[in-house]
Amino acid sequence: MAQPNDRFYTKTHEWVQVAGAEATVGITQYAQEQLGDVVFVELPAAGKKVERAAALGNIESVKAVSEVFAPVSGEVVAANGELEGHPELINQDPYGKGWLVRLAVAPGSASGLMDAAAYEKFLAEEGAH
Amino acid sequence: MIDTHMKRTPLFECHLEAKARIVPFAGFEMPVQYAGVLEEHRAVRNAVGLFDVSHMGEIEVTGRRALDFVQYVTCNDASKLVIGRAQYSGLMTPRGTFVDDLLVHKMSDEHYFLVVNAANKDKDYAYLCAQAAAFDWVDVRDRSGDYAQIAVQGPKALATLRKLATGNLEEIKYYRFVDGTVDGAAAIIARTGYTGEDGFEVYLAPEHAPRIWRKLLAAGAEFGIVPAGLGARDTLRFEACMPLYGNDIDDTTTPFEAGLGWIVKLDKGGFLGRDALLHQQAEGIRRKLVGFEMTGRGIARHGYPIWGGGKEIGEVTSGTHSPTLGKALGMGYVPVELSSVGSQFEIEIREQKVAAQVIEMPFYRRAR
Repeated sequence: MAQPNDRFYTKTHEWVQVAGAEATVGITQYAQEQLGDVVFVELPAAGKKVERAAALGNIESVKAVSEVFAPVSGEVVAANGELEGHPELINQDPYGKGWLVRLAVAPGSASGLMDAAAYEKFLAEEGAH
Repeated sequence: MIDTHMKRTPLFECHLEAKARIVPFAGFEMPVQYAGVLEEHRAVRNAVGLFDVSHMGEIEVTGRRALDFVQYVTCNDASKLVIGRAQYSGLMTPRGTFVDDLLVHKMSDEHYFLVVNAANKDKDYAYLCAQAAAFDWVDVRDRSGDYAQIAVQGPKALATLRKLATGNLEEIKYYRFVDGTVDGAAAIIARTGYTGEDGFEVYLAPEHAPRIWRKLLAAGAEFGIVPAGLGARDTLRFEACMPLYGNDIDDTTTPFEAGLGWIVKLDKGGFLGRDALLHQQAEGIRRKLVGFEMTGRGIARHGYPIWGGGKEIGEVTSGTHSPTLGKALGMGYVPVELSSVGSQFEIEIREQKVAAQVIEMPFYRRAR
């Protein structure tokens, strides 16, 4: 399936959308399908500094816990509070209402990440559908 | 990915057609979910779901001393069974712990049909054969390859299965079974299950299984039937507090510790583990399986440590977010002093301690 081409992707199936000095982070459609029904989300509080590729939080489905990794380095500006009461937003709208955190980032923070076409190719090579 | 060393049930093709996600489980490639665990869970609670449980093991005990043998290796009293009745029981070590938990069906005076966990089947069969060596006139046979097993579970299970089965299904009471037919195929139809709902478990020849699976899906369509995978099977049994071998019970836990004292009949005569269980009954248990609710934010999972009074006091055996109750619940062993309802302790979740409180089990009980 087509991925939105207004953002960048990681091999661990997170996305990041950069607008100026702020980046919004979430998990991909493929990631939410693999997880299944999300029932619990654990995210860092505002002010927390996160490093690229380090653990950002945890998403739990009924069956299992999965770590989410920060696609870029930055400082947490906000976590998506809606997810506390409605974790299913991650399943329903992973690229929209299911966003996880907003980060304050430095210019060029997303360099080296995959664009939509590269991520789709990556998924195809991984044997994902 | 498909691993050719894994076994498949006769319904494997049906699962692929239904776009199931397949996972390895107990040596089988099994469907863990189809549309989604929550949807399948709700379908079983509210209507009806269909499970392929053909991976379960079937072991037959026959012969003139079949009853004596079953009595010797299990802790419940199989002499109380009449033909057509099933009993939940434990296959015991000499230490009074579980080799497995199982269902014992009495087919005739000299024929018992044991249904055991898939992951334990080879171990159970070897154990039973070793014990049977001391008995004349007992034959133990692994019949697992001769049976597919389909579980039809939920408030609409009866209405679904009756369209295809012969006989008066409503007359089969809970934990009873009949030798009947489903869509013309001979089947053992038992009113048992692992979901906390009304329902049936149907044992039949593998070659008939795909046809009957499809016909059951068609028969249940008007009620909203869905195929349900191992994921929903686990959340359903968890809410009903039915133990899962390898999680909540194993060969280090006794029925008394697991809250299964009701399946231990110490006065039935000698059996494996009886001395150890008599001793434990006299001494009193030190730890007990409890159900708890997370009062802090977090989900307890199998293997997470339980803390109380500044030290580690136990371990979570099962835990998830309960779809029906909408909260994070768990089960685990704690010292008896902390086992009464209202007792508080903490669960270690990713190096943080989160508050939990003992609640009544089962978490979910269906309205009757």
